[in-house]
Amino acid sequence: MKKYLMENLQQNSTEEQKIRIIGFLCNWCSYGGADTAGVCRFKQPTDLRIIRIPCTGRMDPMFAIKALINGADGVLVSGCHPNDCHYSVGNFYARRRMEALKRFLPFVGIDTQRFHYTWVSASEGQVWQQVVTEFTEKIHQLGPNPGFHINPDIQQPLSLAL
Amino acid sequence: MRIGVFVCRCGTNIAGTVDTEAVARQALSYPDVVYATDYMYTCSEPGQKEIQAAIKTHGLQGIVVAACSPRMHEATFRRAVEKAGLNRYMFEQANIREHCSWVSNDKKANTIKAADTVRMAVEKLRVNEPLFSSRVPINKRVLVIGGGVAGIQAALDCADGGLDVVMVERESTIGGKMAKLDKTFPTIDCSSCILGPKMVDVAQNEKIKLYAYSEIEAVSGYIGNFTVQIRKKATYVDWNLCTGCGVCTEKCPSKKSYDKFNEGLATTTAINIPFPQAIPKKAVIDPKACLYLTKGKCRLCEKVCQVKAIRFDMKDEIITEEVGAIITATGYDLFDASVYGEYGGGRYPDVISAMQYERILSAAGPTGGHIRRPSDGKEPKDIVFISCVGSRDPSVCRPYCSAVCCMYIAKQATMTRDHLPDCNCYVSYMDIRAPGKNYDEFVRRAQEEYGVQYFRGRVGKVYPKGDKLIVQGADTMLGAQIEIEADLVVLATGIESAVGAEELAEKLRISYDQYGFFMESHPKLRPVETNTAGVFLAGVCQGPKDIPASVGQGSAAASKVQMLFSRDTIETDPQVAMVNELMCVGCGKCIDVCPFGAIQWKTLRDGSRKAQVLESVCQGCGLCNATCPPKAIQLRHCKDDQVLAAVNALYA
Repeated sequence: MKKYLMENLQQNSTEEQKIRIIGFLCNWCSYGGADTAGVCRFKQPTDLRIIRIPCTGRMDPMFAIKALINGADGVLVSGCHPNDCHYSVGNFYARRRMEALKRFLPFVGIDTQRFHYTWVSASEGQVWQQVVTEFTEKIHQLGPNPGFHINPDIQQPLSLAL
Repeated sequence: MRIGVFVCRCGTNIAGTVDTEAVARQALSYPDVVYATDYMYTCSEPGQKEIQAAIKTHGLQGIVVAACSPRMHEATFRRAVEKAGLNRYMFEQANIREHCSWVSNDKKANTIKAADTVRMAVEKLRVNEPLFSSRVPINKRVLVIGGGVAGIQAALDCADGGLDVVMVERESTIGGKMAKLDKTFPTIDCSSCILGPKMVDVAQNEKIKLYAYSEIEAVSGYIGNFTVQIRKKATYVDWNLCTGCGVCTEKCPSKKSYDKFNEGLATTTAINIPFPQAIPKKAVIDPKACLYLTKGKCRLCEKVCQVKAIRFDMKDEIITEEVGAIITATGYDLFDASVYGEYGGGRYPDVISAMQYERILSAAGPTGGHIRRPSDGKEPKDIVFISCVGSRDPSVCRPYCSAVCCMYIAKQATMTRDHLPDCNCYVSYMDIRAPGKNYDEFVRRAQEEYGVQYFRGRVGKVYPKGDKLIVQGADTMLGAQIEIEADLVVLATGIESAVGAEELAEKLRISYDQYGFFMESHPKLRPVETNTAGVFLAGVCQGPKDIPASVGQGSAAASKVQMLFSRDTIETDPQVAMVNELMCVGCGKCIDVCPFGAIQWKTLRDGSRKAQVLESVCQGCGLCNATCPPKAIQLRHCKDDQVLAAVNALYA
């Protein structure tokens, strides 16, 4: 029933409004920080969609790559500040992986600016507002992800490999 | 799967800026969604009833609630769906309040965002699977490592609550550092008078099994079921027979042994009982000093021992104990003052550490409580106390405050003025840190009533002149250089982590900070727990603190153990990692990264090694999942396909 009702809503929106940013937030700090921002009614752009993960140490770079290759306009990862990890060291591993990922992104043809990672604690609602606002503005400047206009014969194995 | 979606209006909290009806209608277009509605307050009693009724009438197998943050009501809704017969993990919550309706007033954009969020939750739910927690029995015995005041308190509290306690102490007597102290601040209580009875209680309590002169060899297992190997070091004396009469210590001809209890101010015999109130009061032979064990001749103690307790052929013994919880109270060691060459600690006999001065003040100490300086036994006329020796100094890697030095200097200076009213006491300090009950008053009393002369500034140099020591420094308040001719210089050596703390932490799989102090689970809200379930902390092993704080933490650790043991079994969280053995290549990377030691090797019948998750130890961080190269280890409820389902809901 009314299968594409929301599409009608979206048809009226401009290209800019269709931007989708995906955020991977650790359960203990940043997800709580985003909650705090909400409780304090700190206004933010609406382009972010949040996925809760237990720890940034759970953040597989594959998640970011999959999202970006499939058309995400930006990927934001946020966890506990260094030394504050609920699992003591998860965010240190995350930091290494995210740094490596950043350097790797150009090789798969993705603008490094579309990926950002940061640390926000559960009490830092204002910081979260700032992080979301700044990152969203940057993605809006970059515009929608141009995607991969490559031969489907190549895309298939590429997506399998990832 | 038949999925039901409930969009909460939360009064106007959500409905004010999100078209909840449109979101519900849109949800019906998502795959597997057979029922969708919006409701005023989904978390309320009638709201939960509505969900339960819908599960029955529409035969729903999974529920998505789009409402507030899961940090708020996930547990509520999980319970609600469970009551209606669903597995609690066949539920997903989409956060459309904190992350959506409250952060923007753009109703159209919010509605699109809410619909996206619901779609992500639906897609994740489609690949969810029921999870079941298991129960593991608890062995209601507790191991206390360390017999200082924190460990004693923890052991007594556990034993008084009816638990069996195993206490392991590295030295031949319990009592720890507190047993060496003469008095305690700020009440000038006699240390051994308040600690002694507690030590006796440990010895007399039938519930406490004490292994003195023993160390932890290995720890395996997990919360509720630890197996601990304890190395009982050879004492060369059969403690079952030894009565502690002390005849052997009087007759022993090797009298030049380092007296650890008196901080090297005196010497002792090769066969030794550290102090008269020792618990257990048993003799130990130092094999490095014993004439028979080093040169093969003597055996005098064997001749004089009435009960024939000497055993020169004794060897270390490994004992295995099974416990359900571990309290770590391993205490601390003191900073080596000789690091500061300019003070001459360890070089000039009359430059001593505060712990040595404590022994001099003690009536049971080497001078019988008379204040005499070590070099010539004269009564000092001028004493300089130098604070922060190995505290608050990044240049010696000790940037932290040791928390007790300001107070014990005030105590020692006060007591000095009591013993020798003509003796001038000077204290060089950086800042006075006295943040305890009656602490600041105590320091003030030292200054105002006892006439201890405090000057703010650092001492730059101490050097001998004749039989005096010249102390040169700066008084930064007066902006002047000062020079004091002292008879005795006392260095307030700071606290550092105990020797072997890191090794023990690794055996226990708990983390420690860069200075070797054990890390608590949360610096504010979980100061007693560690990140390893079932291991608790008490006393200075966690960070510098004074006696009341150590005792408090000892009691806190004991109450945590009592809480854990108040049930017969523990329910494990099923959101843990699991290994697909067919895919595991046995690289061991997951074992390396696991902060909790929750993954171990398992040898299959064909001899190949695979990773195996100890479900009751795993805390569900997912670090192994992200690390595993073939993705053979997956965190339940947050598996790769579950996260990617949510990602793909947006973009695929």
